[in-house]
Amino acid sequence: MTVLAAAEHRRGGLRDVSYELISAGRELADALGTEFYVAVIGGTVAEFAEQLNREGVDVIYTVAEGEEFNHGVYTQAIASLAADLDPAVVMMPNSVNGLDYAPAVASGLERPLVTDVVGFEVTDGVTAVREMYASKVETTLSIDADRFCVTIRPNEWPGAEGTGDAEVREHDIEIDDSRVRSTVTGFQEVGGGDIDISDADVLVSVGRGIEEEENIELIEELADTLGATLSSSRPIVDAGWLPKNRQVGQSGKVVTPDIYIAIGISGAVQHVAGMKGAETIVAINTDPNAPIFDLADYAIVDDLFEVVPELTAQFG
Amino acid sequence: MKILVTVKEVAEAADDFELSENGLDIDERYLEYDLNEWDEYAVEEAVSIAEETDDADVEVVSVTIGPERSEETIRMALAKGVDRAIRIWDGTIEETDLLDVEARAEILAAVVADEEPDLVLTGVQANDDGFGATGVALADTIGFEWAAVVNHLDLDVAEGIAHVHRELEGGVEELTDVELPAVLSIQTGINEPRYASLRGIRQAQSKEIAPYGLSDLGLDAAIVDSPLSLTSMYEPETESSATVFEGDPSEEAGQLAELLRDRGVVEA
Ligand SMILES: Cc1cc2nc3c(=O)[nH]c(=O)nc-3n(C[C@H](O)[C@H](O)[C@H](O)COP(=O)(O)OP(=O)(O)OC[C@H]3O[C@@H](n4cnc5c(N)ncnc54)[C@H](O)[C@@H]3O)c2cc1C
Repeated sequence: MTVLAAAEHRRGGLRDVSYELISAGRELADALGTEFYVAVIGGTVAEFAEQLNREGVDVIYTVAEGEEFNHGVYTQAIASLAADLDPAVVMMPNSVNGLDYAPAVASGLERPLVTDVVGFEVTDGVTAVREMYASKVETTLSIDADRFCVTIRPNEWPGAEGTGDAEVREHDIEIDDSRVRSTVTGFQEVGGGDIDISDADVLVSVGRGIEEEENIELIEELADTLGATLSSSRPIVDAGWLPKNRQVGQSGKVVTPDIYIAIGISGAVQHVAGMKGAETIVAINTDPNAPIFDLADYAIVDDLFEVVPELTAQFG
Repeated sequence: MKILVTVKEVAEAADDFELSENGLDIDERYLEYDLNEWDEYAVEEAVSIAEETDDADVEVVSVTIGPERSEETIRMALAKGVDRAIRIWDGTIEETDLLDVEARAEILAAVVADEEPDLVLTGVQANDDGFGATGVALADTIGFEWAAVVNHLDLDVAEGIAHVHRELEGGVEELTDVELPAVLSIQTGINEPRYASLRGIRQAQSKEIAPYGLSDLGLDAAIVDSPLSLTSMYEPETESSATVFEGDPSEEAGQLAELLRDRGVVEA
């Protein structure tokens, strides 16, 4: 009975969530009184194993198959490790690639799956904490099973540090090529162009609360008045109201301005991933329960259509 | 060719909400129902594939696991060009507190077995419970290939391949060729969902929404049994340490302006 976590890497580098998995996995293994193993699949596994050898890891399994992530390879590799190790918990990241293989791993192993976990409570059994209703509530889910799979939300656990003394074991598998039916043909960077919002000292950021494309002007005026740069949440870009290079968040840009003014933005986890490093965060939102206020240093709970023109006028 | 689109009616909580008496959900009075945002894009993608394909016989079928209330939402999908709909519900599902990923995949797998689609489109996640796992679990259950978080799709039916972009973190897209038949989970922004036309809305009234229960699909009631159970729901303790600017809009704006000036932001 162990906890087995699967590390994540892309284009030659481990992603931060790999170290967060070590913290979360070690925490759960301690609570269950078991060992904690990490698997790394594909890429320069020996090098990755060295980097993953941080405090708390008992054994690192390397599976030298392929370069980049491929869900056909990952599901087979984890199934093979699970057959050998019989881990109580298989822990994966709730990243975009995690979404692409964790459900198949759970389905293949016939185990229950809890995704996007932000915390664990262990008493008689394991309870997972996760959010619902666009982060407005938290829930606890009790897991009445000896063996299960989870994905953990990125940025929730601190990255593991320190040098560990894990044993590194190579795990050889025979990949069934007939079950690898997707081929990665390349990568493409998006969101380039005339402006880099991550350079800005002050960002005025607009979200779906703006309602209509015409209204963006209101925010643009404020940004111009303040000599700030205009950015946005994802729905504004999805709607084609602003170009991709203005999007803040997990799938857009990570920004760390001195001041970030979020206007009509709820503060979804994927948005927060891109702006939580701002030095000062100001939020204007009608909903007092909006998750963005958990992060904000300064808050205005009011209608942006009333507040923003007044604010612009203050500098007029 | 046949495309199956999974759609879900999701609940959104009002700004000021209360929990229900048993404390396991938000009180019904504070919930508003709508088609899941991600599914709108999946529906649009399916309908536009049907329109753009020369083969006039592309049929788009939607499937929902949901109570009768959801028919209104399903009609919206029908109004936007879905040909017919399937709705799965019965007493057993109604009494299930938590329909886990495995149960959803099993139910949808039975529909796939009946309908034999070439392509299944789902949303990346439902914005009420945010599990984000149904599409890929379904693919594994039915033996289809899959891709999650697809924000560009170019279907080559003759070759039997879907050329997709998967939207990764940090402004990077992965270009992937996926063998058909496949399940693709669709990301917002892949297209521009249309508004239903008046004609579409009229036509939707006469389109079929076939109601099925578990037994109609040859499924045992036991498939909804889950080792997972929701044991509590609560409003997260606010970690907010924000200074709240109070007053009328002009006073609020005044205080914010002062802060910005203090911090060296001046008019450009
Ligand atoms: C794989 C994946 C990747 C994603 N990547 C990103 C990303 O990179 N960036 C990103 O932003 N999102 C991303 N998302 C989407 C994210 O989950 C949210 O859907 C999105 O951030 C919501 O944007 P929003 O806050 O503008 O809209 P909403 O959540 O709809 O919030 C609108 C807010 O406006 C407020 N409001 C309404 N009217 C007014 C008014 N008159 N005055 C003041 N306030 C008002 C409301 O109270 C609400 O809080 C991603 C999702 C997935 C699944």
